[in-house]
Amino acid sequence: MAAAKEDIVIRIRDVVNAFGDKIIHDGVDLDVRRGEVMGVVGGSGTGKSVMLRTVVGLNQPRSGRIEVLGRDVLHMTADERHELETHWGVLFQDGALFSSLTVAQNIEVPLKEDLQLPERLMAEIAACKIGIVGLPPDAADKYPAQLSGGMRKRAGLARALALDPDILFLDEPTAGLDPIGAADFDRLIKDLRSSLGLTVFLVTHDLDSLFAICDRVAVLIDKKMRVATIEEHLKDNHPWIHAYFHGPRGRAALMAGEHSR
Amino acid sequence: MAAAGTILSSEEDGATVLRAEGEWLVVTAAELDRRLRDLRMPQDRQVTFDLSRIERLDSSGAWLLLRTEHELTTRGNRVELANLQPRFAPLFDQVRARGVTEPLPHPVPPHYTLVGFLERIGRVTTLLLNRVYDILGFTGLVTVTILKLLRQPRRLRLVATLAQMEVVGLDAMPIVGLLSFLIGVVMAYQGADQLRRFGAEIYTVNLLGVSILRELGVLLTAIIIAGRSGSAFTAQIGTMQVNEEIDALRTLGLDPVEVLVLPRLFGLGITLPLLVFYADFMGILGGGLMCWLVLDINIPNFLTQLQTAVSETTLWVGVVKAPFFAAIIALVGCYEGLNVTRSAESVGRLTTQSVVESIFFVIVTDAAFSIVFSVLKV
Repeated sequence: MAAAKEDIVIRIRDVVNAFGDKIIHDGVDLDVRRGEVMGVVGGSGTGKSVMLRTVVGLNQPRSGRIEVLGRDVLHMTADERHELETHWGVLFQDGALFSSLTVAQNIEVPLKEDLQLPERLMAEIAACKIGIVGLPPDAADKYPAQLSGGMRKRAGLARALALDPDILFLDEPTAGLDPIGAADFDRLIKDLRSSLGLTVFLVTHDLDSLFAICDRVAVLIDKKMRVATIEEHLKDNHPWIHAYFHGPRGRAALMAGEHSR
Repeated sequence: MAAAGTILSSEEDGATVLRAEGEWLVVTAAELDRRLRDLRMPQDRQVTFDLSRIERLDSSGAWLLLRTEHELTTRGNRVELANLQPRFAPLFDQVRARGVTEPLPHPVPPHYTLVGFLERIGRVTTLLLNRVYDILGFTGLVTVTILKLLRQPRRLRLVATLAQMEVVGLDAMPIVGLLSFLIGVVMAYQGADQLRRFGAEIYTVNLLGVSILRELGVLLTAIIIAGRSGSAFTAQIGTMQVNEEIDALRTLGLDPVEVLVLPRLFGLGITLPLLVFYADFMGILGGGLMCWLVLDINIPNFLTQLQTAVSETTLWVGVVKAPFFAAIIALVGCYEGLNVTRSAESVGRLTTQSVVESIFFVIVTDAAFSIVFSVLKV
């Protein structure tokens, strides 16, 4: 059992989130294993992003327990939290790049914050990350406003990867991208997952990315999580899950996904 | 935990062997970088890069290894990377395929040179001139819209205008009143302090009356309103611009100037003179209170002295400027709001700009009024 326990990177137990009287999550449980891509889906307003924000500590749940890499994130000192934060990277919806800094400077922010690296090495590492996420080298000196939406997301990903984290949190990474850009981004995540050994927590609406890259899918439904592989979800009789995976878009994405697998 | 990463160089069978050991991670990269740079690079030799003892590797570590390989190759060595553990192979391939790029040199910003500096001055100057030109153009556009409105008075948005009057006028009364009152107190106190030396304390009342009615009341109110409402105009209209609400108005056949600008212009145009009158009153009240408490000038004496010091004209000279200031604040505020591009960042920038510009134009106009009044001998 000890070995199995170590393999759980994110452990969420009985988490309750509420805004005022409105309960969003009522006892959510979720385990994310090392090296897997966990997709989190749900209808609008079911609190997918809230769940992500809760795990990374931007939102304090009303009750429950969250462990990341075996450490209790809800009860830790500021120093412990800071140390833990170097083990994860977060990509927000539109990249959330600092608009007053160039792409390279954005990537250097976490490097500067935590390590004493020489100026030149920092520029080299930034250039390397820019290459890894598939941006052209001359993107380094551009400001976020000069980039397209897809490039901003790639730059945000490069910043999230700056410290080579173990866990990557992605909030709707393909929202607002054209289908080609979205497929490219899916492929990039898949590549990076296997080469960098990442564990990915992916909040998405995009059925194509779900079928293309997720190992398991957590569906937020009736204020709880239902975690299963896609094959199992396809057999689920819950009306919302059925409608989600068997709707016209779900079927098309399934066919495309099977094709690419 | 093993020691941090390191690199060892040795000679074996006429070949150089570089051994990478330990943790090659971003946290150890500074130390590794230093060691690699201290390493004496061989030339034109067979080099074996032994990677078998690397315990942990991340993309920064992989990048350092590949950079070293590249440097060795450019010095004419034949490099062989040996014994990479299979678990690191995908990462290594990934960095080799896409990540090995030298950082480009940062382009020097052109304004660091003398020519660039001069160019920048020129650019800013033309920008400012264009801006004045544009604001004049906008004033013309608004005037034309007002003229159209005169032909069809029913198109005036009465409810919106009244709502603006409430927000920019009524809601501003506490802050305008308090600040004018305090300025009156300060003026009376400072004036009395100076005039006492000549035994002319009673002239504090003249100083107070003339300066507040002619200048301070109207100027102070205009500056407060520029900061409070001019900025709000830019922020509101700018946010609508970001949300494409202005475009939506146009597609619905509505004129943004008529719907958004005129209610704000009229609302401010009506309430600013009233606010100025109120500010004058509060300023005199604060000064009078101070005279009574500190200078022992009682209220009947104060009023008698005030009547000899100021006339009705003094009041009007101040209040007459208010509609002009109101027009400046509303026009600049709305103009900058409509200038917002579709980014949230430009809302903030133009809001700041709108406040600075409207205060600038208010003070310039005030100076112009002073000249006109002195020529007219008012």
